[in-house]
Amino acid sequence: MATAFDTEEAAGGARRGDAFGRWIGHHPIASLIIAIVLIFFVWLVLAPWPAGFEDVFGKKRLFINAVFNGVTLGGLYFLVASGFTLIFGLMRNVNLAHGSLYLFGGYMGYEAGEWTGSWLFSFVIAFICAAIVGIAMQFFIFRRMEGQDLRQTLVTLGLSIIFSDLMVWIWGGNAIQIDTPDYLLGPVPTPIVLAVKSNGEAVFLQYPLVRLVIFVASVAIGVGMWLALNRTRAGVMIRAGVDDRDMLSVLGYRVQLLFVLVFAFGAGLAGMAGIVGGTFQSISLGEDSHFLLVSLQVVIVGGMGSIPGAALGAIIIGCAEQFGQTYFQNYATVLTFVIMVIVLAIRPQGLLGRR
Amino acid sequence: MAVMQTTGLAPLGTQDLQRVGALSRWVSRHALILILGALMLIMPVVASDFILVQVFGWAMILGIIALSLMFLAGYGGMVSLAQMTVAGVSGYMITVFGVSSLPAISLFWPWWLAAPIAIAIAVAFGTLTGVLSSRTEGIYTIMITLAIAAAFFYLTLQNWPIFNGFAGFTTIPAPIAFGINWKHPVPLYYLILFFAALSYLAVVYVSRTPFGLALQGVRDNPRRMEAIGYNVIAHRVAAYAFAALIASIGGILMVWLNNQISPGSNGIEASIDLLIIAVVGGLGHPIGAFVGAIIYVLLRTFALDALVAVGLDGRRFQTLIGLGFLIIVLFSPDGVIGLWRRWVARAGGPGERSGF
Repeated sequence: MATAFDTEEAAGGARRGDAFGRWIGHHPIASLIIAIVLIFFVWLVLAPWPAGFEDVFGKKRLFINAVFNGVTLGGLYFLVASGFTLIFGLMRNVNLAHGSLYLFGGYMGYEAGEWTGSWLFSFVIAFICAAIVGIAMQFFIFRRMEGQDLRQTLVTLGLSIIFSDLMVWIWGGNAIQIDTPDYLLGPVPTPIVLAVKSNGEAVFLQYPLVRLVIFVASVAIGVGMWLALNRTRAGVMIRAGVDDRDMLSVLGYRVQLLFVLVFAFGAGLAGMAGIVGGTFQSISLGEDSHFLLVSLQVVIVGGMGSIPGAALGAIIIGCAEQFGQTYFQNYATVLTFVIMVIVLAIRPQGLLGRR
Repeated sequence: MAVMQTTGLAPLGTQDLQRVGALSRWVSRHALILILGALMLIMPVVASDFILVQVFGWAMILGIIALSLMFLAGYGGMVSLAQMTVAGVSGYMITVFGVSSLPAISLFWPWWLAAPIAIAIAVAFGTLTGVLSSRTEGIYTIMITLAIAAAFFYLTLQNWPIFNGFAGFTTIPAPIAFGINWKHPVPLYYLILFFAALSYLAVVYVSRTPFGLALQGVRDNPRRMEAIGYNVIAHRVAAYAFAALIASIGGILMVWLNNQISPGSNGIEASIDLLIIAVVGGLGHPIGAFVGAIIYVLLRTFALDALVAVGLDGRRFQTLIGLGFLIIVLFSPDGVIGLWRRWVARAGGPGERSGF
């Protein structure tokens, strides 16, 4: 069986550091290459590009924007995919209605924002609404067909069809844009040099504040999830359930309650991501399958059931999408697809997944 | 199968009687299929052109593509959501190599050259899908094939040089070959019927060959099959290749019938609808794919009017499909075929054959 969250992580940072050191010891050449690539990448981002460089790679502005958009998009993707992977890791349930939860959260958040005028409050509403749907799904349906992976997946498929049709009914087919609140509106200067003018004056990158804030928030959520999984009692139960849910249940823990809570949390995260997506881009008909695809790609690349894997996969897929759109528009999706194929060929369980 | 037992010593009359007996046994065992086949053959006499092509033709094409999914899922245990994509690849390729209203992209090669090339490319694509997904099992297969299907959908949507973006291709008539204009309803109907019957028989045949039996063994217990010396991965990939062959034929017929192809033809929704067709029909028997397809097409064609007639919003068709699918998955996991088998077993008592 594939087991997900690294149990080694439980012992904390010290042993984790050891594992990292061991990996470097086992793969000296690979780690050297990775280190060189990382250093080159950091140099590409921070330093002003020398003359002649822009002839080959195009404008630095394009490159930096692709990096920033890709990483912040990765933050959004992480929010969606982490719930997906959490549910999958614990319950072996490929929730194909996850994209619908995302879209539903986005619409509910939009309604709440229109009603109260508060952007932050709409996150609470979106989380609660999507979580309630998640609880209902787990309580009324999946609880009754435990262990039947394929049947559960087919049921989520049927649900996603019904949900998307009902949402078209209520909110129509037009795209809805969620307004960025005033205090996050507009670009902020960053210390990254885009170019140096002829008079020696440096041009710095201006980047939308809201995207940076959301990225920081999703990092915080990721770190919070990691801490909750590795430092709290509920986290211990979840990790134990991932490894062997029957044994956990035999030991007298209330596995069903755990399942409902995890499903609610994963669904709620997807709902919150809906608002983020509505603020970044827009929410509309068809976005549910788009974000389902994103979740699939992220967990396939990062490793199924692994939270750190979801973070890594989200950054990779986000960047691949943005770089594809910047540098070869007609084949942008092929790039993410090629990454997926390479990962599947080398590590079928995903980069940070375990068999 | 009816196995003749001839002793050689028996007088001629007995042998003839045995032969007649075996034939009648075979006929009665396959009565439903034979009646169905006869009905389909004489259909053009009674049905209008619309019913002939848009209902039965379309259902048989969806049935052919769903059959490829049924083969993978029912005999191989691999639920692939990329079969509609394989059909889409062959459909797109026949427009790229063959005829369409876009001389900038289409090469206008004759059908006997374009069709084999399209099928070959689609089979290569399907086999590649198999190579990628056969290293994983169960729900992982669904995830990977869905990701592949979605990636191809977005590729066709965003790519203009080859796939002409969201507009796709129009005006791709069935060719004129052997002196027959195949775009006319009746010839087109028989063309589709021929390939539907051919692919049905091919699947039934392959499922009984040593390869088909080994594939079913792989489905039931891959580790045991591996242990007794079968190459599990090779069997799975070969199954994907065979399924891709069937799906790609369906894809070409789909383009000829619809006269167009666009990203929506092989979109995520279409892929999921195909899975619904296969599951609702039943993954236990090849005929299930066609049963599911005819139910789906009838709903798709007439549900709007029916919903309006009972005072509901006709646009809620997808909800109806989704609900029907949920009910089937929740209450009869082996689909309509399963319902039928149980009904026959109850009506005829134990020992009675189901007709399939």
